[in-house]
Amino acid sequence: MTEVRERTSKGVTAIYRHPLLVRATHWVNALCLLVLLLSGLQILNAHPAFYWGEVSHFDRPFAAIEATTAANGDLKGQLTVAGARLDTTGVLGASKSGGDQLQARAFPSWATLPGYLDLGAGRRWHFAFAWVLVINGLIYLGFALGTGRTRAMLKPTREELRGLGRSVLDHLRLRFAHGEEARDYNILQKLAYLAVIFGLLPLMLLTGLVMSPAMYARLPVLADLFGGRQSARTIHFLVASGLVSFFVVHVAMVIAAGPVNEMRSILTGWFVIRREKP
Amino acid sequence: MSGSDPTRRLLLGGALTGAATGLAACDKLAASPQVNERLNLAEGMNFHVQRLLLGRNALAREYPESAIAPDFRANGTTNPDSEDYQAHVADGFKAWRLEIGGLVERPLSLSLDELRQAPARSQVTRHDCVEGWSSIAKWKGATLGPLLDRAGVKPQAKYVAFFCADTLELTLDGTGDYYETIDLADAHHPQTILAYEMNNQPLPVAHGAPIRLRLERQLGYKMAKYVMRIELIDSFAKLGQGKGGYWEDRGYQWYAGI
Repeated sequence: MTEVRERTSKGVTAIYRHPLLVRATHWVNALCLLVLLLSGLQILNAHPAFYWGEVSHFDRPFAAIEATTAANGDLKGQLTVAGARLDTTGVLGASKSGGDQLQARAFPSWATLPGYLDLGAGRRWHFAFAWVLVINGLIYLGFALGTGRTRAMLKPTREELRGLGRSVLDHLRLRFAHGEEARDYNILQKLAYLAVIFGLLPLMLLTGLVMSPAMYARLPVLADLFGGRQSARTIHFLVASGLVSFFVVHVAMVIAAGPVNEMRSILTGWFVIRREKP
Repeated sequence: MSGSDPTRRLLLGGALTGAATGLAACDKLAASPQVNERLNLAEGMNFHVQRLLLGRNALAREYPESAIAPDFRANGTTNPDSEDYQAHVADGFKAWRLEIGGLVERPLSLSLDELRQAPARSQVTRHDCVEGWSSIAKWKGATLGPLLDRAGVKPQAKYVAFFCADTLELTLDGTGDYYETIDLADAHHPQTILAYEMNNQPLPVAHGAPIRLRLERQLGYKMAKYVMRIELIDSFAKLGQGKGGYWEDRGYQWYAGI
C-alpha cells in the first residue's frame, strides 16, 4: 500500500482515507443490503417459520411468527423461538400495515419490499440485487486485496489484540479516539469490518446458494456443511440479523465519533485528523 | 464533540424523513414496468449461469427411504372441482388418457396402465416450495424423455407445455387454468418424471392424481399436478397470459432453479 495522502490547509490536517472505488462500492453495498433486507422479509412473509435440518418439520419449528385470535376475537401477533412465546402484536404476526385494522402478516408493510404482499416481486428484487451485491463485492475485494489496503488498514497487530479488553471498555464508556489517534482503525473496528467482509457477507451468499434447488444439486457438500437446506435458510436469516446489528452499531458509532468528519470521509475520502487552534 | 449536536439532530432528522419518503417511493418503483424489466435481467443471469454450472444432467440429491417426511404439504389445488375431473376420480382414472401432442411426429394417447408400462424411475427427493419450506417424498413415474422420443419431437419444438385439470382462479377465458412449461433440456433430464406414485401408493388426489410432473432441480410450482395433456410448442407467448405458466402469469419467475 502506498503512503496515505495527507494535506494541511488553513490549519486543518486531513488524510485521504477512502479512494473513490471504496466510497462507491461502500454506497452500492449499502443500497444492496437495504433492498436485500426488505425483499428478504417480503419472501419470508410467505412462510415465516424456521427449522433445523434438511426439511421442514411443520409441527416443531425452531422459530415462527404467527397470527392468533384472542378469546375476545382480537387478532394477535406472536413470535415463538425455541418454545418461548412473545406477544408481538402491532409489529410481527399482526400489524396494521397501512390499513385501519390489524391484519395477519408476519413482517409489517414498512419492513418489506414491495410494501404490499407479493412473493414474486420480492424474489425479483432479491435476486437482482444479490447479483449487484456479489459483483460490487468482487470489485471491492479485488481492489482492497490487490492494493494491500486490507492488510494495511484491517490487519490487527499483536499489540492491538492484547489491548482488545481496553478497547472494549473505551467503547462502552463512549470514549473515542480523535485526532492523530484516529488515523488508523481501532481493533474493534478492524475486527468488525473483517467479520462483515470475510464472514457475514460470504455466509449470506453461500447459505443463499444452498437454498437454490439447482445450486444444491451442484453443491450438496456445501448444504451438508450448513446442516441441510432448512438449516441454511435459518442461518441465512440469523446472519442477516447479524448484518442489521452491525448496521445499527456502525451508524451509532458514526454519530458518536463525529458524524461530519465520518460522513465527509465516506463521501469525499478526506478524514480530518488535526485542527490547529487559531 | 459538543459543537456537532445540532448537526447530529439534523442528520438524524434527515435520515428519518428520507426513510419515510423512501418507503412510499419503493412501492411506486416496485410497480413500475421499466423497473421490473431491469430486475428480470437477473432471472436470465440465474438461468444461464446455473445451466452453465450444472450442465444438463447433474442430479438433484436423492435420499434413503427413511428420510421420507410424514407431513408433506399439499399446496395449491388439493381437489379440482370440475365435473370431468371428479368423474375420473369416481372411476379410478380408468377412462383417463394422457395426450401428448403439438409439435410431434406421432401424437400419443396413453391410459394410466400404459403409462405405468413405460420406462420408469423411482426417486426419493426433496421438494422445495417457493414459499420457503422443504419436504421429502418418494416418487415413481414414467421418465418424460423417452416418452417424448416415442412421440418424436419435431425440430422446431422448444418447450413442453403441461395442461392441468385444476383451475386456481375462475375466469371466462380460461386463463385461470393451471399450466406450466419447461424447456427440452429439463424435459430430458433423467429425474424428470410423470409421477403416478407417491411414497409407494398411487398418487393421492391432493398431490395431483393421476400424474404430476417432477422437475427436481426447480421449485414446486413448476411441478404441475393433475396433468391431462402435454403439448410440444415452439413458444409459450400465446398460452395463458404469455409468461409460461399459471404462476408466471401472476409474477413468478419462469426459471425456478433458485
